[in-house]
Amino acid sequence: MSNYLNHTSGWKSWVFTLDHKRIGIMYLVAILSSFLLGGIFAMLIRTELLSPGQTIMDADTYNRTFTLHGAIMIFLFIIPSIPAALGNFVLPVMLGAKDVAFPRLNLMSFWLYCFGAVFAVFSLVTKAVDTGWTFYTPYSTTTSASVISMTLGAVILGFSSIFTGLNFVVTIHKLRPKWMTFFKMPLFLWSLYATSIIQILATPVLGITLLLLIAERTMGIGIFDPGLGGDPVLYQHFFWFYSHPAVYIMILPAMGIVSELISVFSRKTIFGYRAIAYSSVAIALFGFFVWGHHMFTSGQSTLANMIFSLLTFSVSIPSAIKVFNWLATLYKGSISLAAPMLYALMFIFLFAIGGLTGLFLGTLATDVHLHDTYFVVAHFHYVMFGGTMIAFLGGLHYWWPKMFGKMYSEKLAALAAALIFVGFNMTFFTQFVMGTRGMPRRYYNYPEEFTTAHQISSIGSYIMGLGFVLIASYLVYSLMWGKKAPGNPWGAATLEWSHCPSPPPHDNFAEVPSQDTDPYDYSIVKYDEESDSYHLA
Amino acid sequence: MKGILSNPLLAQGFWMPVKGSSMAGEVDWIFQFILWVALFFFVLVVGIMAVFVMRYRRRPGVEPEESPSHNTKLEIVWSVIPIILVMIMFYAGFKTYLGMETPPRSSHEVQVVGQKWQWTFIYPNGYSDPVLHLPIDEPVQLLMRSDDVIHSFFVPAFRVKKDVVPGRFTKAWFEPNLAGVFPVYCAEYCGTGHSDMTTAVVVHEPGGFEEWMATAANLYADLPPAEAGKMLYAAKGCTACHSIDGTKMVGPSFKSVFGKTETMKSGENITVDENYLRESIYNPQVKVLEGYEPVMPTYQGTINDEELGYIIEFIKSLAE
Repeated sequence: MSNYLNHTSGWKSWVFTLDHKRIGIMYLVAILSSFLLGGIFAMLIRTELLSPGQTIMDADTYNRTFTLHGAIMIFLFIIPSIPAALGNFVLPVMLGAKDVAFPRLNLMSFWLYCFGAVFAVFSLVTKAVDTGWTFYTPYSTTTSASVISMTLGAVILGFSSIFTGLNFVVTIHKLRPKWMTFFKMPLFLWSLYATSIIQILATPVLGITLLLLIAERTMGIGIFDPGLGGDPVLYQHFFWFYSHPAVYIMILPAMGIVSELISVFSRKTIFGYRAIAYSSVAIALFGFFVWGHHMFTSGQSTLANMIFSLLTFSVSIPSAIKVFNWLATLYKGSISLAAPMLYALMFIFLFAIGGLTGLFLGTLATDVHLHDTYFVVAHFHYVMFGGTMIAFLGGLHYWWPKMFGKMYSEKLAALAAALIFVGFNMTFFTQFVMGTRGMPRRYYNYPEEFTTAHQISSIGSYIMGLGFVLIASYLVYSLMWGKKAPGNPWGAATLEWSHCPSPPPHDNFAEVPSQDTDPYDYSIVKYDEESDSYHLA
Repeated sequence: MKGILSNPLLAQGFWMPVKGSSMAGEVDWIFQFILWVALFFFVLVVGIMAVFVMRYRRRPGVEPEESPSHNTKLEIVWSVIPIILVMIMFYAGFKTYLGMETPPRSSHEVQVVGQKWQWTFIYPNGYSDPVLHLPIDEPVQLLMRSDDVIHSFFVPAFRVKKDVVPGRFTKAWFEPNLAGVFPVYCAEYCGTGHSDMTTAVVVHEPGGFEEWMATAANLYADLPPAEAGKMLYAAKGCTACHSIDGTKMVGPSFKSVFGKTETMKSGENITVDENYLRESIYNPQVKVLEGYEPVMPTYQGTINDEELGYIIEFIKSLAE
């Protein structure tokens, strides 16, 4: 049967494709390559930290390694991961549309991402950037590392992300079928919509920062450089004005995926649909007003610190509401523990820790002690890895049969999920303890009393690495020799499963589904034993 | 320094280090409060999740039971309770923080200079030292500045942390109430030697501080000049970039450099004498040795004339 994968062939049919599904797959390959690269640097960091002082590299190499790890994971992997790869593939199909609103812009966004990624990695390596992914001035302007070329890289990647965001907003507004109101949209689309708004509004600040840096460098206008009468802390304001909302660019789509998974694998309508939808919008909105909580010890005024602390707590409420709604969805469900659901449950576990440890950091008195220690490193990884990465893996396992029409081994998937769960907690829970005891972050050398904790952390990271090797192996195996996937193996009621075969045809739907359906009404799909699949009732 | 950092006092408590200041108790109390609230909610969330997953596991042919898709009362309850709890956290955190930001009038002042990659503490009598010495039970205010990039002064035992920013002063205060030696870290990333930008704070028993100051301030006068220079070499942080065994570090080694004729970046040849050393310490960017980068900050104001003399004597003593 003709599908989007065999519809046309030859390399040009991919490089110049306007099909959102092929662009999504190309994004997937690109971001997974970035993840591999960032992951290798993570392993190098953990290996160096097996003992105090030099283990496998010198201090300068270590500083470059953690900079590469952070910058690659944030800008090349997490930000585009769910929206650009999974979102591109799924969004139009979920909407019952044939493509995004601007297919050419979509292709441009992808190639801009590739160009930005190569540019960023190239300047990180050739300029031996050792500033950390935050590029704080004046350190970043006084070393050989060029903050300008790094910001330029981030701006190029930022444009790619603005284009995707713009495309998604217009697509959601204009290409929905007539019967699909905003409140009949799957929650993944609500979260992508909220994410897109942040991408469009926050990313331009990166461009402004770049212009200011260039003005300072070429015209000698003192903006950030204290030598010229500028203020280095101002740079931190600019940086976090973008980078804090960017944290929500990273976590919101992950919450969207979890909302889908929890509902589908419990065969239960999502509890509190409106509360979840509105909380995505609330998080997107509040996310713009909390950047100052990264700077409680920077010498920022007491009044500003008080306001930012208060506003920071406001973001915790919509996140808590989502977690409670997911739990209520499980109530009286019919819960299947297929691989995507394992990741959804793991998300709730890890994100709960990530979110609750955020309370210590939002509180002024405790943040002063914990700021810039391993506690922050652990908190951040529980949210970004335990949250976004785990949800990404859940989404990848969920939509994999749709993308490639192949099933993977459930047993191996469960084993890999277990390895990642154990390895992750070993790696990062120890870091909470190190942090409260005073271990500062970005330390090449450390006091001997922290050696055991660092070693447990490193061993955990190797176990996690093993989990990823296993995932890569069975997914690649499934592409070659996997069982053929039915159209709707999970029994989902959203359009990409209920109305569209696996893999989807070039145009997604022969006809746009005209029937009014509820994305979480599972009575419309019935299990058929013969085909081991669900079909429209 | 290793000995100081692996202080056995630090082993106290599973989470927080030993309480060494008047503020530590209050901060730890808030920490404990948040910890218990967080633990409660974590056990609640994961417990409910586990029970539901076991209780409602999928069985073939069994469809899920009917249950409501929303419940306004329940949703209000689980929104309002967290709001109340986080507002308590916010208020307690802010109140304590206000205290941490408001030094008592009776505070002694010590100036702190952060530079790559060492701390210098300057006492009101002009004496400076790389280790912070303080009397117990007396509030002290630190007036901090940086000569190069942003650093951050962090004493875990005191629950104190404040960035040290070039181009402005920042302040921190605390009242140590436990005698002992506690580690000081730089918590803001500052380059190659960031993780070695550590020192110690020594809190003296009553009377001990005055005794220490009396000897420390006169330390160099009783020593042969080269010996005094050797102590200053360590105390002023020269060790970070200059070896005395000939190893090339960020800066040239002091070993047998005196009296030698060296080539400068400008191509000029200069014989290293007292005046060249003086210029290189006070105006290090003017004449830079071939093969090195002009990265050394000026020590004008950090090393006085008398001390300079001792250091030059020390370098001379290393000539062959």
